[in-house]
Amino acid sequence: MRGRNDILADIRANKPKFTAPAPAVPNYDDHYPSDAAGLQARFIEVLEKMGGAWAEPEANESLEATMRRALADKLDANSLIASNVREIKGNRRVHADDTPASLHDVDVAVLRARFGVAETGTVCFTEAELTVNAVAYLAQHLVVLLDPATIETNLHRAYQRDDYKNARYTVFHTGPSATADIEGVLVRGAQGVRSLTVIPTPTV
Amino acid sequence: MSTPDPSQTQNSAEAVREAQPKPAKARPGQRVNHASAAREFLQSPIHAQSHDERVWAMRQRRDAAAETIPEWEELRDLASQIKTHALTHLDEYLEQFADNAAANGVHVHWAGDAADHNRIVHEIFADHGVKKVIKSKSMLMEECGFRHYMEGVGIDIVETDLGERIQQLDAEDPSHVVVPAVHKMRSDVSQVFAKTLGSDPDNDDAHYLTEQQRQATRPLILDADAGMTGANFAVAETGGFVVCTNEGNADLSANVPNLHVASIGIEKIVPKLSDLGVFIRLLSRSALGSPITQYTSHFRAPKPGGEMHIVLVDNGRSKRLADERFWSSLKCIRCGACMNTCPVFRRSGGLSYGATYTGPLGLILDPSIDAYRYSNLPFASTLNGSCTNVCPVKINIHEQIFEWRQVLAEDDMIPWTKKSTLAAAGRTLASPRAYRAAIKSAHSALKHLPDWALYNKLNAWGQVRDLPDVPAEGSFHDWYRQHRLNKEDPTAGDRE
Repeated sequence: MRGRNDILADIRANKPKFTAPAPAVPNYDDHYPSDAAGLQARFIEVLEKMGGAWAEPEANESLEATMRRALADKLDANSLIASNVREIKGNRRVHADDTPASLHDVDVAVLRARFGVAETGTVCFTEAELTVNAVAYLAQHLVVLLDPATIETNLHRAYQRDDYKNARYTVFHTGPSATADIEGVLVRGAQGVRSLTVIPTPTV
Repeated sequence: MSTPDPSQTQNSAEAVREAQPKPAKARPGQRVNHASAAREFLQSPIHAQSHDERVWAMRQRRDAAAETIPEWEELRDLASQIKTHALTHLDEYLEQFADNAAANGVHVHWAGDAADHNRIVHEIFADHGVKKVIKSKSMLMEECGFRHYMEGVGIDIVETDLGERIQQLDAEDPSHVVVPAVHKMRSDVSQVFAKTLGSDPDNDDAHYLTEQQRQATRPLILDADAGMTGANFAVAETGGFVVCTNEGNADLSANVPNLHVASIGIEKIVPKLSDLGVFIRLLSRSALGSPITQYTSHFRAPKPGGEMHIVLVDNGRSKRLADERFWSSLKCIRCGACMNTCPVFRRSGGLSYGATYTGPLGLILDPSIDAYRYSNLPFASTLNGSCTNVCPVKINIHEQIFEWRQVLAEDDMIPWTKKSTLAAAGRTLASPRAYRAAIKSAHSALKHLPDWALYNKLNAWGQVRDLPDVPAEGSFHDWYRQHRLNKEDPTAGDRE
């Protein structure tokens, strides 16, 4: 059995013998809108293409009411809403010591995104926002609070952020779970959440 | 990765009941005969046409996605350069990755080959009393024959990617790196699920079938003792790795059970987190035409109270690094774009390759795993170069396919009919005058020979295709002599 030292020695002996420096990678975001509204519009356009929904709160509407309006056809009086955010109460708190399997009956998980990406309509979470990572996949539906001021232009910018470099787990969600593995027919909710709804909410 | 296809949200109107073509598999020690397996596939015309249309649609969506990115070609250059840099410093970056991962609290293992990989994972499972495992799709684990090995030691492996699960339940290999069941029609899936999941055999609605699988798999996910993933990229700078899926099944596999084991090929290393900007922008656009997979998951350390293991697998990769003709095939990010554009793949189906990797990337990867078994595969190509043109990391795929033909010929791995025909062709093509004489007589022969002489067993091309009509203008050379050749120098056209 070849171990670490054997494999590394073989690589050293076999690797191509020429110098190839790492290239500099431009940011490629000169053509993005420079204002928050423009970036947000770009974000919404791609989010919807990827199967996600954008729910703008109406005047004097609570976030709880915005959520209920956006998910009207998915919620009933008995729905289990697990909220990780202060702005929406829900009826189930997620605690760090909950076992993942104990979250199997959650209907809606409510999470705050760390940031968004306009290029792809993506929202980002780490374990800090998730509390228990599995809740974002075991829930039937996901509701995401996103501060529009945190929307990055593109993935180059997203990967330059240093606020999640030490996270154990960082995940980019772009719309809900999807598959087209059966004859190319697009189905939402293959294994993870069936829907993903983003509510713009400035961080207090 | 799996597969949203935004072009189709409805089932096609007509239900199809043509039986799925099942090409015979080559036995151990036998040479895979791609041409005869492809012929079997083509005897099911509805499946053949559906397959062609679906993979070509992915190619078209890839083009549309690429056109929205002004810097697309620069990104391909950058991706290729980053991979060149990483592979020419692979020892350093692998050490950095392994040391960082260990510092993050991850157990790192090294596997020289497939057998080592399977044994190491088995030992981890034995230590933890693991009997039930959920996993996301991993070509590396396919390469290692991992599921087969685990069946032998009584550990139950459940695939969580829909396409891969369909293939598992049908006891069939995946036919495509991104869409494992792309060769199946929904009527085939309906039959498989009716037999294995107890679903309604008369219902072949894709939404119904997907939901049946979701409902059947969820309890297995909640009950699993361990979860496994592969990795699309491993980042030396952080010691973390990235998994891309559309279903969220890798996140369930990694986050629900306490124990997460990830199998990672040593060539997956990229130096820095910021390099991912280039690769994630290219990957799903090249594969499916979507800007990103629904889930891009970065695993760096175990969840609190959890345990994470990484198995770094060589399995021939360090050896391939030494070959100046083929080392760059290690840049491959498994997007499948080369398969979707390949006229041979589109019309022969992935199962006809009889190998883990199918399509053009299979032609250059499989012979390095077993030269005899896969010696026919490099001939399953028109060498049209389309694969090279769409490759996001700019591997010269069609040139490597051609190189492999030479290697296999030198190593005496080519069947004699192919070799004797090619030897004659080689002598003819090497001399312009002989070539022209041959073309003249071939044109004349195409006009006058009976079909039995043209469509015989020595001519593999003629067995499934009509030969082209003889051009009315004669050969290009005749046309050129007549219209363009410098009349002052009538011998110019004969110069080498």
